[in-house]
Amino acid sequence: MAKKSTDVSHNSDAMGAAVAPPHHSEWRRFARVFFGRKLYLIGFIIVVILILVAIFAPLIAPYDPNTNDLPNKLQGPSADHWFGTDKLGRDTFSRIVYGTQISMEIGFIAVFSSAIVGIIMGLAAAYFGGWVFAIIMRVTDAMMALPGIILVLLIAGLGGRGIPVVIFALGFGGIAGMCRMMCGQALSVTQNDYVMAARVIGMSNWRIMLTQIFPNAFPPLIVGLTMGIGGVVLGEAGLSYLGIGVPAPAPSWGGMVMDGQAYLLNNPLVSLIPGVAIMLLVFGFNMVGDGIRDAIDPRLRGVL
Amino acid sequence: MALLEVEGLKTYFHTEYGLVKAVDGVSFQVNRGEILGLVGESGCGKSVSILSVMQLIPIPPGEIVAGKVMFDGQDLVKYEPNGREMRAIRGSKITMIFQEPMTSLNPVLTISRQLTESLELHLDMDREAAKERAIELLKMVGVPDAARRVDDYPHQFSGGMRQRVMIAMAISCNPMIIFADEPTTAVDVTTQAQLLELMKDLVTRLDTSLVIVTHNLGVVARYAQRIYVMYAGRIIESGLSEDIFEHPRHPYTIGLLNSVPKLGERHGARKLVPIEGLPPNLIQMPPTCAFLARCTHKVKRCQTEPWPAMRAVGDQHYISCFVDIKGK
Repeated sequence: MAKKSTDVSHNSDAMGAAVAPPHHSEWRRFARVFFGRKLYLIGFIIVVILILVAIFAPLIAPYDPNTNDLPNKLQGPSADHWFGTDKLGRDTFSRIVYGTQISMEIGFIAVFSSAIVGIIMGLAAAYFGGWVFAIIMRVTDAMMALPGIILVLLIAGLGGRGIPVVIFALGFGGIAGMCRMMCGQALSVTQNDYVMAARVIGMSNWRIMLTQIFPNAFPPLIVGLTMGIGGVVLGEAGLSYLGIGVPAPAPSWGGMVMDGQAYLLNNPLVSLIPGVAIMLLVFGFNMVGDGIRDAIDPRLRGVL
Repeated sequence: MALLEVEGLKTYFHTEYGLVKAVDGVSFQVNRGEILGLVGESGCGKSVSILSVMQLIPIPPGEIVAGKVMFDGQDLVKYEPNGREMRAIRGSKITMIFQEPMTSLNPVLTISRQLTESLELHLDMDREAAKERAIELLKMVGVPDAARRVDDYPHQFSGGMRQRVMIAMAISCNPMIIFADEPTTAVDVTTQAQLLELMKDLVTRLDTSLVIVTHNLGVVARYAQRIYVMYAGRIIESGLSEDIFEHPRHPYTIGLLNSVPKLGERHGARKLVPIEGLPPNLIQMPPTCAFLARCTHKVKRCQTEPWPAMRAVGDQHYISCFVDIKGK
């Protein structure tokens, strides 16, 4: 024990008196909390795997997801077809793999585009207050009153269908929530003296919003964003299940669940597997969101 | 010729309880290179006065109803609060130091980013030159190991150090006037003394005027050359520091000085006399002198006539009172 302590002091002597005290990197701390809990770690691994699957789908999938093979329809799992085949003999595993692409694409694009619009609206409402605030809040009220499903039906009725329509409908529904969240955060951040200090040194409104308010108001929204992806994927699955989402041949998970519905009693795997895929993705993103929230919450600092 | 001349400034706030006349006809001037004290109790309108000068009053609910703020030949009240002209003056010619060092710095930006911001904005410096200057500024305000600490974040600084950073920010563009709004209220007494000495040295060296806004009479007694005493949204007495402390003429100032102990006074030699009563509600201001209800020197005139204008009672010494109190 004594030897060990002399070692330490000797060591620090050797490094010189000017050694900087260790700077605790924010990332290090973040990683310690985030990866310190099994559930978050599992969620993170699921998300990473799914993202990789989406990127490398053509390399992973053994079959084309849309090629029919009627003689081999509705088969159970085998060496050739790991997850079996569906009613048209399409390989379920390949369809799940390609379905990841669709889910991710819709999830990310819908959430990020709605976040950008929502955040700009929320920031403007909070910073300018007054009538700007009133107008933006009423607009979000109106948006919230319009469910995504009605919007899709409306657009579908006008003749449009496909992934862009789903993204638009689900993204549109997310704008109001993002705007409200950003507005709330920004309102409290705006009260801080450093915002006043920024005005004292003569910064312009846009600069203050961008460099002072946004960076301080944004972290709590990361959680909303990550969880939003899970929510949008779920929404897409719901729309596709109802047959108004991603059109038929495309391997959308929700659509696959619907396709398998007729065979639930004889061959439940056809529906079950895409269902599990949806569940895993939503679970993964929710856990990542939870993990980020815990890791950035200053109240938990020092405790963990 | 005064550097800054505020005349008849009135700033009102429209609240749901009624019109709050936070600043109701305040006039003062700041001369080049002087240290000025603006004293008064909480809520008397000190902060609102200087925020109005800098056009940082939240509108609504606030509103500058009347008055002139002459600075450098321009009337600042005429400018758009966050317009180009005002922004060019704020931070470069008139700056401000806040009370709360813990919240006055942006937690997500490094000290360097925050110090260089106004240099890049007002002096058109490039990144590197601005950073050099930032390190130099930190050295000037006595932050040890400035070259390394400049890249730290605010949470790595103590309260006193952050206030030093705020001072560095305030002097960064060689301003003509620095408003310090209760600059040392949030730090302990030792740090307070260090910071005040530092500010005094800096403004003397840079030939800058410093306006200290405070409720701490000790601070102004030690540092200010001239003093304005505020009560209920108005200035009620002004004069040279010695005159105010040695020969106060307004009953409120007299009461204020009687209510605090003096250094060097034998313990128990004099009873501390508090001022009875409370300041008036700024929504329902009496038509007469607002101090009347608490005044121990009132005369008949006080009850019937409106709040008197400032009148001279000595060289550079003005009060807003009918009564002449001699002796004391």
